[in-house]
Amino acid sequence: MSTVRPDYVRPVDFKRGRVDMTHGSGGKATAQLVDELFVRAFDNEWLRAGNDSAQMAMPPGRLVIATDAHVVSPLFFPGGDIGCLAVHGTINDVAMAGAAPLYLAATFVLEEGFPLADLQRIVQSMAAAARDAGVPVVTGDTKVVEQGKGDGVFITTTGVGVVPDGVTIAGDRARPGDAIVVSGTLGEHGVAIMSLRENLSFETTIESDTAALHGLVAAMVGAVPGVHCLRDPTRGGLATTLNEIAAQSRCGMIIRERDVPIRAQVAAACEFLGLDPLYVANEGKLVAIASADDAPRLLEAMRAHPLGRDAAIIGEVVADPHRFVQMETRFGGRRNVDWLTGEQLPRIC
Amino acid sequence: MCLAIPARVVELPQPDVAVIDVGGVRKRVSLALVDGVAVGDYVVVHVGYALTKLDAEQAARTLELFAHEGAA
Amino acid sequence: MKYIDEFRDGGLARGLAAAIAREARAQRRYRLMEFCGGHTHAISRYGIKDLLPPNVEMIHGPGCPVCVLPIGRIDGAIELAMRPGLILATYADTMRVPAGKGLSLVKAKARGGDVRMVYSSADALRIARDNPGREVVFFAIGFETTTPPTAVAIRDAAASGLTNFSVFCNHVLTPAAIASILESPQVRELGTVALDGFIGPAHVSTVIGTQPYEYFAEEYRRPVVVAGFEPLDVMQAILMLVRQLNEGRAQVENEFTRAVTREGNLKAKALVAEVFELRRTFEWRGLGEVPYSALRIREAYAGFDAERRYGIEYRAVADNKACECGAILRGVKKPTDCKVFGTACTPDNPIGSCMVSSEGACAAHYTYGRFKDAKVIAA
Repeated sequence: MSTVRPDYVRPVDFKRGRVDMTHGSGGKATAQLVDELFVRAFDNEWLRAGNDSAQMAMPPGRLVIATDAHVVSPLFFPGGDIGCLAVHGTINDVAMAGAAPLYLAATFVLEEGFPLADLQRIVQSMAAAARDAGVPVVTGDTKVVEQGKGDGVFITTTGVGVVPDGVTIAGDRARPGDAIVVSGTLGEHGVAIMSLRENLSFETTIESDTAALHGLVAAMVGAVPGVHCLRDPTRGGLATTLNEIAAQSRCGMIIRERDVPIRAQVAAACEFLGLDPLYVANEGKLVAIASADDAPRLLEAMRAHPLGRDAAIIGEVVADPHRFVQMETRFGGRRNVDWLTGEQLPRIC
Repeated sequence: MCLAIPARVVELPQPDVAVIDVGGVRKRVSLALVDGVAVGDYVVVHVGYALTKLDAEQAARTLELFAHEGAA
Repeated sequence: MKYIDEFRDGGLARGLAAAIAREARAQRRYRLMEFCGGHTHAISRYGIKDLLPPNVEMIHGPGCPVCVLPIGRIDGAIELAMRPGLILATYADTMRVPAGKGLSLVKAKARGGDVRMVYSSADALRIARDNPGREVVFFAIGFETTTPPTAVAIRDAAASGLTNFSVFCNHVLTPAAIASILESPQVRELGTVALDGFIGPAHVSTVIGTQPYEYFAEEYRRPVVVAGFEPLDVMQAILMLVRQLNEGRAQVENEFTRAVTREGNLKAKALVAEVFELRRTFEWRGLGEVPYSALRIREAYAGFDAERRYGIEYRAVADNKACECGAILRGVKKPTDCKVFGTACTPDNPIGSCMVSSEGACAAHYTYGRFKDAKVIAA
C-alpha cells in the first residue's frame, strides 16, 4: 500500500530551481511561489490574509504616494542588491516629501530561467530592509516573461506615507540666501556599480551607500519643520538634483568644491574613469535646502543621526534669471555645474 | 584624448603586467610599453597601459618651482 | 592621490596667478593656444581663465581626436557595427558622436548593432578571444598617446595567431596638426590670427618627446612649452610662455619633466613604427585634408586592418553650413561667435565636432563656462 500523504506538496526547490512560465500563469505554481517565498519572507498580516489588496485605516495628515522601477544591473553589488535598493529607493522618495513612509507594494517581472536561489536572496534582502525600516510590503504581484525578454528580474515598488499638515517641502521652495546641505559623502553607489561592469573592472572597497533615509528626515523635520526642499540625488548625481531644484525654484546656486564631501577612494575611481563625482548616483544621501537661519540647527540634527554624520553645508541659493548652478573650484576659479548630458560614460579623452 | 593618471605599482604578478593603485583603487595594467618597472615605482597609465615611469625627483622639483615662482 | 592633488593646490595657484599678472606686460597681448583637448578640459574645469590677467588669452586648439574625426569615418564604424555577427569595440568617447543619416554608435546599438564600450585595446582583444566564432573590430582613435596601446594589441594578436580580430585605424599625429594651424592663411599670410605660443600636449609628449616641436619653434618663431595636465602645470607653462615672449625667445621648454624627456618613449615609438606607416593625406574635421597627418596599418599586419578586410570606403560628408567648427578649431573664432552655439547646437544635440566631445572648445565652454556670458546677481 502506498504511503502517499494527502496534504503533501513538494516544496519549491530554491537551491536548483529556476523560474519557468508556470510561475506566472496565476495557478498553483504561482500561488506556491508567492506563499513559500514572498509571504514567508515579508511575513505580515496583510500578506497572510491572502487577498489581492491590503486594507488599513486612513492615517491623519496628507497622503503621499511614490513609485520607482528598479532595473539595476548587476543585480548584486558591493553593499546591496536590487531588492534592498527597491525598498530604500521608494521609502526615500516618500520621505523626501517630509512624510513618514507606512506601507510598500512590490511587483516582480521575472525572466524565465532566472535562478530561484538568486530570487530568494533578493526577496530576503528586501524583507530585511523592510523590517529594519519598519515599512512592511503589504501587497504585490508577480509576472514571468520569456527568456531573453527581461534582465533576470525587474522590481517596481510603490510606497504610501503621510505628511503632517503644516509641513510643505517641495522643489520650488528654494529662495535666494538659503543654505544648501548634503547629508554625507557622494558618489559611492555609482562607483560600486561601475566597478563591476565588464571592461571597466577595477578593485575597490567602495560599497553602495543604499539606505532608508526616513529616520534621518524625521529628525531633520523635527528640528526644522520649515525646511524648504529635500531631494535624494540618485541618477545623475548631485549636479542633476541641484539643477532640477534651481529650475523649479527659478533661482541659481553657487556651491564650493572644497566643501563637497567625497571619499578619497571615490575621487580616485572617478579620476581613473574620467567621471565627475558630482554626476555619480547616490542611494543613501539627501540634499536639503533651508533658510540661512535654520541651517545650523538643521546641520546639527543631521550630524547627530548615523546616516548624517558627514553632513555639510556646501553652498547657497542665489538670485539668477539663468538658473545656473555654479561651483567655486578648489583651485580658485569658477565653473558651471550643468545638467548631465546623455549618460555619463567613462571618459578616456 | 590623453587622460592618463599617475599610479603606484603595488604588484608584479606576471611579466608585462602590473597591479597599480590610485588612492586605494586597484587595477591591472600592461607594462608592454615600459621597461624596468619595480614595485613602489609610479607610472603614468593611459587606457590600461603604463606609458612611462614618473620621475619622483623631477616631480618634487616642479612643486618647488611652483612655490618659488609664487613667492617671488 | 599622490602626484595629482599636490598639482591642484589652490594656494600655489594664487602664487602663480600673481606671478603671471606681474610679468605680463600691460602693453601687449599674449595669445596662447593650448593644443590638447585635455588641457582645454582642465582650463575650463578649474576655471583657470579667472586667474589670468585680461591680456593673456587662451585659444583652444584642435587636439581632441574625437572632434577632428570626420563624419565619414564614424559612418565607417557604424557600417561595421551593423554587419551581422560583427562586434565593434570602441572607447566611450565615440559613442555619441553624430554621424550621417542621423545615426551615432549609440543609435546603431539601439538598432541591433553589437557595439561594446571598452576601456583598453586589451579588452577588445579579450572579446575576440572569448568569441572565436565572431568577427571583432577595434575602433582605434587618438593621438600619439593612444597609438602605442593599439600597436601592442595588433602585435599580440599576430603573435597568438588570432584570426577574428582587426582594427579600424584612425590614429592621427600632433605635429602635423600644429603645422596645419600655423600654415593656415589666417595665421601665415594674413596675420589675422595672432598666435604667440603653444602649450604642448602632456601625454602625447610622453611618447614622442619634446624634440618634434623644435621645428615649429625655429621655423615659425613661436615658443612651445610642454605642460602636464594638472592645473598648476598649465599655469606654470603660461608663465614660462609669457617670459619667453617678453624676452623674445622662441624655444621648446619642458614643464612636465616628471614624465617627459626630449626623446620620449623609445620602446613605444619603435613598436608604433613596426605596426603603422604614414598615410599620404587624411581629412580632419574642420581642417580639411592634412598631409602626412595620420597612420594606417602596414602591409605586414594587413590581416588586422579592418579597412582592407571589410572594404570600408571613405565617403566625405560635409558639415552643417551653420557650423563654425573649422574656424574655432584653428583658433580664428570663439564658440560664442558661432550663431548656433547654445541654441541649435548643444552637448545634447551637437551639430559640429567642437560640441561633440567634452573636450571640444564649444562643449567645454558650454558645460563649464557659460556663466561668463551671462550676468549673475548674487543674493
